[in-house]
Amino acid sequence: MEPIVSLKPLLALLAALIGAILVMLAGRYPNLREAWSLIAAVVMFSLIVSMVPVILAGQTMVYQLFQILPGVSVTLRVDAFSLVFALAASFLWILTVFYSAGYMRGLQEHAQTRFNTCFALALFGAMGVAFADNLFTLYLFYEIVSIGTYPLVAHHQDRDGYEGGRKYMVYLIAAAKGLVLPAMILIYVLTGTLDFADNISSGILPDNANALLVTVLYALCIIGFAKNGLMPLHGWLPGAMVAPTPVSALLHAVAVVKVGVFCTTRVMLYVFGVDIMDELSLGIITAYFVSFTILVASIIALSKDDLKARLAYSTVSQLAYIILGVALLTPMAIEGGLIHIVNHAFAKITLFFCAGAIYVAAHKKKISEMGGLGRIMPFTFGAFAIASLSMIGVPPVAGFVTKWYLLIGSLDAAQVGIILVLMVSTMLNVAYFAPITYHAFFGKPPAGETRVAGIREAPLVMVVPIMIAALISVIIGIYPNFMMQFVKMVTG
Amino acid sequence: MDFLLINQGFPILSTLIFLPLAGALILLIMPGDHACRIWTLFITVLTALISLPLFFMFDRSTHLYQFAEHHSWISAWNINYTLGIDGISLLLVLMTTLIMPLCVLGSWRYIEKRVKEFMICLLLMETAMLGVFMALDFVLFFIFWEAMLIPMYLLIAVWGGPRKTYASIKFFIYTLTGSVMLLVAIIALFLTSEPQTFSIPQLMAGHYSTTFQIWVFLAFFLAFAIKVPMFPFHTWLPAAHVEAPTAGSVILASVLLKMGTYGFLRFCLPITPEATFIFMPYILWLSIIGILYGGFTALAQQDMKKLIAYSSVGHMGFVTLGIFVLNTQGIEGAILQMINHGIVTGALFFCVGMLYERTHSRELALNAGIGRLMPIYVVFLGVFSLASLAFPGTNSFVGEFMILVGAFSHSLLIGAVAIPGAILAAAYMFRMYQRVTWGGTNNPSHNGLADLNAREVLILAPLLLFVFWIGLAPAPFLAVMEVSVAHLLEQVGVAGQTEGMSLARLLLP
Repeated sequence: MEPIVSLKPLLALLAALIGAILVMLAGRYPNLREAWSLIAAVVMFSLIVSMVPVILAGQTMVYQLFQILPGVSVTLRVDAFSLVFALAASFLWILTVFYSAGYMRGLQEHAQTRFNTCFALALFGAMGVAFADNLFTLYLFYEIVSIGTYPLVAHHQDRDGYEGGRKYMVYLIAAAKGLVLPAMILIYVLTGTLDFADNISSGILPDNANALLVTVLYALCIIGFAKNGLMPLHGWLPGAMVAPTPVSALLHAVAVVKVGVFCTTRVMLYVFGVDIMDELSLGIITAYFVSFTILVASIIALSKDDLKARLAYSTVSQLAYIILGVALLTPMAIEGGLIHIVNHAFAKITLFFCAGAIYVAAHKKKISEMGGLGRIMPFTFGAFAIASLSMIGVPPVAGFVTKWYLLIGSLDAAQVGIILVLMVSTMLNVAYFAPITYHAFFGKPPAGETRVAGIREAPLVMVVPIMIAALISVIIGIYPNFMMQFVKMVTG
Repeated sequence: MDFLLINQGFPILSTLIFLPLAGALILLIMPGDHACRIWTLFITVLTALISLPLFFMFDRSTHLYQFAEHHSWISAWNINYTLGIDGISLLLVLMTTLIMPLCVLGSWRYIEKRVKEFMICLLLMETAMLGVFMALDFVLFFIFWEAMLIPMYLLIAVWGGPRKTYASIKFFIYTLTGSVMLLVAIIALFLTSEPQTFSIPQLMAGHYSTTFQIWVFLAFFLAFAIKVPMFPFHTWLPAAHVEAPTAGSVILASVLLKMGTYGFLRFCLPITPEATFIFMPYILWLSIIGILYGGFTALAQQDMKKLIAYSSVGHMGFVTLGIFVLNTQGIEGAILQMINHGIVTGALFFCVGMLYERTHSRELALNAGIGRLMPIYVVFLGVFSLASLAFPGTNSFVGEFMILVGAFSHSLLIGAVAIPGAILAAAYMFRMYQRVTWGGTNNPSHNGLADLNAREVLILAPLLLFVFWIGLAPAPFLAVMEVSVAHLLEQVGVAGQTEGMSLARLLLP
């Protein structure tokens, strides 16, 4: 079917870009500034929702902005795959605007204008990645996300901040320039184009391309999009946790890491294609390669007492699920992997939001010091418990849907090893999440510390977004069909 | 003269060359510093406006030299006054005329002593540089080539920094050595050609023995490699850049360095094609060394001008890499990258100059943390830094992408070893930008720093426009060079092969 030429994806991008500029100009008036953030987020989300009927009717939207070289252009396209990511990210931006206003003002953080501007820029980049129609556009927006989020990671401008920021840039930029750029150039030399295929099976590489070269290109792409958090290039992610919590929440649960995963899976499915990955056994090798990340990151998470660090390693592990699903190459597994982009986003943002709320209300970062806090902050820890269940994959919360599809997918692929990995990783999830909630509700405060009377729930502007995010995790667990229909369109 | 499309009407090329010279002569009797500035600005802007029609009237379907002028000059030696431009020189001419008014604006406050003499030097430089890009007769070319030397020497030696004597002498000696070799090559070609001629297009058509080609190539190579500068002939460049006044650095980086790569394209490739093939692997590896060496050295610099100077060594390494992979993408990318480097590095030198006027230092440590005080400045600096490290969407990305496509098509190994250069570029530019914008705050000597004024914004804005124009829609710029590059490759003798797809052919059965 001929794609529809539509301005809508461009407008959605401009909403974030213009939002960023307006936020910058309104710097002196905090309320106006936050209003612009909110308006930009709402406009972007509405535009994306308005694309839903067209995509569900089986059509795609495209808009070409610039033709750079033959076969290289800046072109936007919206298909079912884009929408999976775009819907989740743009909706969560709205929640985060409220939450971060509460957080940043609660802690009287400095440079809030720069913070909000960069936030909008990061969303601009993330949407660009979601709507990229070719490898060049994807790379362009991927790099915009890297640049736009650096000031957020280094926000505190102290030694830790700069160190985390430096690590962030070194990992991401070096991997993108050193691995993805040559892969992109070689793909261009081989095929004369960087446009994605319009289905997930054929890919764009010529059928008779040299197997060794294809394997090398594939490896460059999988490792090069280092935002996907795959080991061994995952080190930037825990390092970037020096950022303020709303940054960790939106960027390191939704935008940045999902940009990485989205790029990886987009390239796997639409540049290489299921056929070639199957023929060269690339899929199964990838599945075992990422299994290592799933297990090792979970074990590291177990050892972390700092809540944000534990969540960071949990992210590393969970992101690998998404790639694992796609790498298994059976329709059910691909669906399970892709739906996890959404399921993980809602659950992980809840967890980070909770971590921030605990810090604002009680100034606690270490899990061991949170004993008994759940009785004082029941809503926050209640949401935390729900999101943990989603991470573990307990019905009826959303994470269960992922695990269900992944398990059936691995059965289809006849990979007993992967089933084993999924089971062990679920145990590990229980082991590093369950004690936090248990300890908070039933544990005691650390010895020698009497509860300061002033501690109570974080401000409403933070708690309400937390509750909404947690609630949605439950809703998409009970009614998974709304998001699943997009994912099913991807696998056809 | 079947290689010339003689210009019947207004002699536009001669006008472009001699207008700045005439302007310089009138400056001699001009009273007052301010009048000198305004007059020079007027002349350079006028030159730029006159050069614009070249772009629009340029015939993209022919490789012949256009807007040509041909007059007999010294008939006893068959020396002619021949001018003309093709797709290779057109953009360089336009870039030169664009940069010059900006240089005048950039020196508006920076130069306070001997203003008249400074402006005369600038105008003389413009005449000589345009002459080099337009001359089609070797004697004429050599006159312009040498004519650049004196005003550039004076720009460094009179208006330069504390070590100006050292830097200017070093510049002079290096470049003069190259010039001597160039002269030898020109005379050798004249004596060997049949009939004896200095006409560059006629010399291209001649055939010479391989031994002769090798010697001529080596002489050319030395002259141009010093100018580029290629590793290991680069040591004059950082010294000259650091000591030169802003306008001097900009002219040096934007235009003078391009003379070397222009020389490779105009003389080495078409006149000595066999030698080009013989020396190709060595020059490719020298380029790679230049890319990596420039990158690593830039990473270690504390002086902003030195940092950008060494980054030039790396960037020009990419250009020579593109030229000597001898395929369409490589050479087109190299020509585009010459323009890109002119725009971006010129802009970066302007940026450093503007900062120097305020803080009187180019040290990173002393300029750290001005982002809060000069927001407009750091936005410009940020965009130009990104352009310099070939961020996608900016002009350098397109050039670098094409050069790397050419390099990978030529050989997987050559392409792969050039890639770390791209990473290094990101490393040293981010390092500089991070320091200047955020590093260290509350430096007491920064109290009262003023942000950019309208004049300074006016200098940077046109360059910013080209960063994005070439970055997002390079088609009009590539279109003018296509036929000329195809013809050039034909002259070198690789046109029959579909060189660009050699890798694909290699890998596909």
